[in-house]
Formats: sequence, structure tokens, C-alpha cells
Amino acid sequence: MESKVAYDNELNLIKATELRLGLPGTDDREEQALFSARNNKRPLPDTSKECGSKKNSDARHVDNETAPPAKAQIVGWPPIRSYRKNNLQPKKSDQAEAAGIYLKVSMDGAPYLRKIDLGIYKGYPELLKALESMFKFTIGEYSEREGYKGSEYAPTYEDKDGDWMLVGDVPWDMFMSSCKRLRIMKGSEARGLGCGV
Amino acid sequence: MRKDRTEMSEDDDRSPPLDLRGADIAESSNKTRNCSGVSGSGGPVPGPGPSSMEFQAPYPDQVLENVLENVLQFLSSRRDRNAASLVCRSWWRVEALTRSDLFIGNCYSVSPRRATARFTRVRSVSIKGRPRFADFNLMPPDWGAHFAPWVTAMASAYPWLEKVYLKRMSVTDDDLTLLAKSFPSFKELVLVCCDGFGTSGLAVIASKCRQLKVLDLIESEVTDDEVDWIAFFPESGATCLESLIFDCVECPINFDALERLVARSPSLKKLRLNRFVSIGQLYRLMVRSPQLTHLGTGSFSASEGMAHGEQEPDFFTAFAACRSLVCLSGFREILPDYLPAIHPICANLTSLNFSYANINADQLKLVIFHCHKLQIFWVLDSICDEGLQAVSSTCKDLRELRVFPFDAREDNEGPVSDVGLQAISEGCRKLQSILYFCQHMTNAAVIAMSRNCPDLEVFRLCIMGRHRPDRVTGEPMDEGFGAIVMNCKKLTRLAVSGLLTDRAFSYIGKYGKLVRTLSVAFAGDSDMGLKYVLEGCPRLQKLEIRDSPFGDAALRSGLHHYYNMRFLWMSSCRLSPQGCQEIARALPRLVVEVIRDDAIEHTDETVDILYMYRSLEGPRDDAPGFVTILQ
Repeated sequence: MESKVAYDNELNLIKATELRLGLPGTDDREEQALFSARNNKRPLPDTSKECGSKKNSDARHVDNETAPPAKAQIVGWPPIRSYRKNNLQPKKSDQAEAAGIYLKVSMDGAPYLRKIDLGIYKGYPELLKALESMFKFTIGEYSEREGYKGSEYAPTYEDKDGDWMLVGDVPWDMFMSSCKRLRIMKGSEARGLGCGV
Repeated sequence: MRKDRTEMSEDDDRSPPLDLRGADIAESSNKTRNCSGVSGSGGPVPGPGPSSMEFQAPYPDQVLENVLENVLQFLSSRRDRNAASLVCRSWWRVEALTRSDLFIGNCYSVSPRRATARFTRVRSVSIKGRPRFADFNLMPPDWGAHFAPWVTAMASAYPWLEKVYLKRMSVTDDDLTLLAKSFPSFKELVLVCCDGFGTSGLAVIASKCRQLKVLDLIESEVTDDEVDWIAFFPESGATCLESLIFDCVECPINFDALERLVARSPSLKKLRLNRFVSIGQLYRLMVRSPQLTHLGTGSFSASEGMAHGEQEPDFFTAFAACRSLVCLSGFREILPDYLPAIHPICANLTSLNFSYANINADQLKLVIFHCHKLQIFWVLDSICDEGLQAVSSTCKDLRELRVFPFDAREDNEGPVSDVGLQAISEGCRKLQSILYFCQHMTNAAVIAMSRNCPDLEVFRLCIMGRHRPDRVTGEPMDEGFGAIVMNCKKLTRLAVSGLLTDRAFSYIGKYGKLVRTLSVAFAGDSDMGLKYVLEGCPRLQKLEIRDSPFGDAALRSGLHHYYNMRFLWMSSCRLSPQGCQEIARALPRLVVEVIRDDAIEHTDETVDILYMYRSLEGPRDDAPGFVTILQ
């Protein structure tokens, strides 16, 4: 969250000092292109409507971009002993550093989540093949410009900033360290990704 | 699993404050008729304390007292004993001589000197200290509840002491050392939610207590002094150990020493490992101790160093060999792939604690569908309503359910809800105790539970969003909790939450006649709420309230009852120092502590924390600077 705010400020500064033709106050589209080009992110449809059925939602629902800022935490509320709180949280970071990097994978239309250990895959081809066999579907062919072609589905992931990205856009190592969870999108959303910018 | 603790919270609520009466009896002894009906019989005026009459020639009453002693020693319930001690002076004296289990519900209600003077032949002591809300950081640390004065007094008074049970006390390594040195027959040490000691203290216990059967550390904070305490158990010969519980100890354990210890502990029945024990190490311990009845599995995950492709131990067979296993816990860093290993014992399990295991409904179902005998189940809300439905369809014998939140914040999505609660109520009709954390709830689901589960004794519902109304109707949660107190005739413990008006409290006051413990947070509209409860609930012993609009007038309305209570806690309410002062003046045997918490912001003169309790000793002398005792 913080990095986004800092980033936005930076963007405003750039906008203010930008040299361009045309009258000031016009041209949102250019701004959008500038944003995307800088961090290689494709604009994705709002994911907030994803959290429909409780069955699909994670126990720990991460703040997405549209969530309001969390209320200030009240001392001692909810009434959970600090011993219990402390012993659940460290587990997440431990997992990243220990032998496995465990991530939740959801697929649109499938009733249950899966968990995978990202650490056992050496690259994108292996990962995608594993996903295909896990959820019994086919992923299309990847191209940097058009995303995944030839399939109804597109594998996406949520990164550290809370943005949803297409799997394959960044180098594998960067993906391993920034990926928080995976979602296999279906249908129009997936296609929308392909012809993003 | 937690049976001992439930027993511990029982109170002598049928009789008025006993010690106050007891003191009177001792003082007016000349006027009291003794049992034989002979008044003014020989013997000196007795008072509390070791009877000097034992060394005189037997007098007519002595024979009867001997008989009484032989009879009373069979009385085990402390309520019965308290009642017996009120019959007459003679019974009071004999009961004191024959009481072997001493229970102190509030360490400040009586001094060690007074307790050891009255009860001279005690073998087992249980002491409770801090108020429960201190667990949630609602009170500054170092408030008190020190074990030191108790162990010092007992060291000389009870040389035959065998068992110590402490809850929410501060225990130092020096205390543990004194304990280990003073009691040659010492057998059982149970520390629940305690702090102040470290692995050095544990090492002393391990090395000096040669008769040790039970060493149970439950949710206590243990400092890592980097002392290898497990290695301090005597190296050779069989140990007497029956129970070794250290799942809360947050430091690595010397596994080889542990393995050797387990190998030479043939009586070991309960073993609960901490998260520093990997699943591979667990396996090695299990094959050495198939006689276990209670097992805490440690991390239930592979250790970092394990090479891929290494032959995995046969966990399935290891579990299958533990035919007596009835209670399973641990799973601190669970690798769900290993979960099927526990299948062989699922059918025998009566108690299962998954409350540290982040598993989903799917993963739970693999296990729970075999657990037909389950009576106690603790779990994380990661299993969602769907997981609870699975529980409800299989665990027909369920008595106790606790659903903890994985993400304990107010604003998250909330994987369990009224749907899960409704399902449980429909499937688990024998439910006696429930603790349920959720984000959203409906009155309908709570009412359903009140009707479907008539055996409920403990109902603790925590709707994590403060002031949250019924998810469907938008109404307060009054009717739901009202139904609970109305329909659950055996209810003794209640925790309320969500949007609640004074009406909810009027229900509690009207119907909650057996309620002994009540927890209130962010609830009520006015003083009337608290008044209803204080005037309506004759059995109320423990009342803890936070952030509710109750003021001095409400506090006043409980004057008739405070001597019958163990304590009252009120924090961030609307009490003034004057209001609390009034209580202190009206009730001289009540200790009224006003605790300042600098973490609480307030602009007016209201009291941060009021904590008051009956006591024979007056203001304690170990109060820290932030505690003011009103008089």
C-alpha cells in the first residue's frame, strides 16, 4: 500500500513537469499508457466482484485496490491471546524462507482452492503444465504482446503490491519472489487481458 | 483436553463468603455448641491453626473428632468441604485438617500465611492470578500475581507438597528452584498462561524433582535462556513421567536428549511437542512410545534440511501403532500432504486440536469424516462454513467446539458465519461448550442453537466487527442472546458481542439465573444494562466488561452482591474515581483497584480500569505504581 502511494506521488510529479504538446488538463489515456509502460502492468478488470461465494474466498482475504483503509486496530480486540496471534503469523514468512513457497491457486468456476509449492518448479513451462493437470484445462500460447492465445483461460497472479498480473510477464525469479497467489481467469476477463494496452 | 481447567473455574457459589464467616466462628467459639452437645467442654479456646489439642489426653470430643476426620477425608469436592466447615467449630477444624487440595481462585483474596495456617496438611495447591482480560494486553504488564510469596510460605508449611497448578501467575526461575528444593515428593507442575521464568527454571525442575510425573506448560511464556533443559532429566534409569507438555515453549529443543528421555519413560501417556520438532523427529518419538493417549505433533512439517527424494518414514504405520491415542493436537506448521497419515487413529479420537493448522474445507474433510467419536474440536476458521458443515454431519457426539480466526482483524471477509453456526447446531445436539469467532451473525442462527443444543453450558460468541447488527435483518443481536439465556437452562458462562442494547442485558438478568461468568465488550446503551445483570444474576462470580457505557449508578447497584463475586473488571467504561471510591468505602473487605493505562486516550476524568475483588487481607503491598487502591 505504501509503495503505491509513493508511486502515485512520483507519478504526479512527473506529470507536472512533463513536456508535451497540447493543452494541459487533457489526455488521460496517455497517462495510463505511461503508468503501464513504467511497470509493465496490464490494467485488469476490477477484481472486487470476485469475492462472491464464501466457498471460494480465502480465510485471509487480502486488501484489494478498492478496499477502504482498514480501521485502526483496537487494543485487545478481537480477544485473542497474543500467544495465539504470534504463532499464526510467523508461519507465513517462514513458509517463504523454508523449503517451500506455498501459494493458493484458484480457478474461476472450480469450487475449491488448491495449494502449490512454487519452489519445486524451475520455470514457467513446468508451472503451467502442473496447473493444467491440476485443474484439467489447457493454457494457450503465451506471447508478450497478446497474452495467452488459443484458450479460454489465462493464469494470473497477485503480486506484492496487490496488483493482478499475467503469469509470464516478468522474469521467473522476480515472479517467485513477488507472487502471493494465483488465479486462473476465465472468459472475457481473460481475453481482456490479452489485448490490454 | 481442557477438563482440568473447567473444573478449576467452579466456585463456591452456594455459600456466602466463607472465610469471613470462619473468622467469626473462631472468635465466638465460647458461644458455639460443639457436636457432642456438651457445652463448655475441656480444652483451650481454639482458633485457626494447628490444633494444640492433639497432644493432650483424649477428651470426649476427641473421639468424635477422630471419627469425623476419618469421614471427612473422603470429601473431595471443595464446595462440599466449604459447606462442611460451616457446620460448627469442630467441623471447621477437622475439615481444615483433612483438606488436601487447596484452591485459591484469586491469589490476593487470602494471604499465603493465612491459608497455610488454616490448612496444614495440603498436598496439592491451585492458584489463579491475573484477571483474564490481561491476556489481551488490556492491562500494563507487571501488575502482580507473584508466585514467590506462596512458594516461600509453602516451602516451610507443606513439606509433603506434591502438586502445583498455577494460572496467570508470574513465576520466576528462583521460584522454581525453591520449589524443586523444598518438596522431595513433588510430582506435578502445571503452568497455564504463566510467565516470568525460562529454560533455566525448567532445567532445575527436570534435574531435582526425581518423582516428577507431570510437567505441563500450557500457553505460557518461557524465556529462552539457551539452557538445554531437556538434557537435565536424570540420564539413567526409568523416569516416572506420565505427562510432558511443552508445545508453548518457543525455543529449539535438544532432540536427541528428548528421544532418550521418551525411551526411558515407560509411563508416558501425554506428550505435546513444540513446533521445533519436525515430522521426521515426531516419527522417531512415536515409534518409541506407542502407549501414548495424548499427542501434540509439533510442527507436522518437514525440517529444512530434509533432502528431496529421501525415503519418507511410514507415518501411517506409526499412527496405526498408537492404539490408545484419543487426543491429538499440534500441527503448528502443517504440511497438509501429511494429514492422511493420521487416518488410522481418527476413529478413536475424542479430542482434536487443529487451531494452529491453516487447512481448508477439503483438507479437513479427508480427516473429519472418520472422527465419529469426536467430543472436543478446536479449529481455525480457514475451514469455512463448508468445513463446519462437514463437522456437523459426522461428529454427533461433539461436546466442545472452538473456532478461532486465522486473521483476527475486524474488517476481513469472514470465512465462517451464521451458516456454519446453524449447521453445527443442527448436527451436534449434545454441544455443551462453544467459542465462535466470526465477522457476521444472525439472530436466527443463535436462536436455532439455543433450541437445538439444550445442554449448552458455555456460549461464547465473538462477532469481531464491533457493534455489528444482524447480518440479514439489521437488528441488534438482543434476541439471539436472549434466546440463549432463556432456552439453555444449564448456561453458566456467557460472552456477548455484536450490536446489543440494554434489552439484551434485561434478558440476561431475567433468565440467566445460573450464569457465573459474563464477558461484555462494546455493548449496552446505559446504566440500566449493567443494573439488570447485577440485580438479576444471583450466581454471578466473574464479570468482565470493556468499552461499554456503564457508569457509577450502575456500579452502585451491585453493592449487595460484590462480596459474593470473585472479581469485577470494568475498563474504558464511564466510571469516575468518586464512584469507585464510594464502593470502596461501603465495602471494607473489597479491594478496589483503579489501574491507569497510559495507552488509553481519554480527555475526561473517567477511570481507565477498575478491578475489584473480595479479600481478607486488605490492600496488597506489591502493587506497582500504576495501580491505586481506593479506601
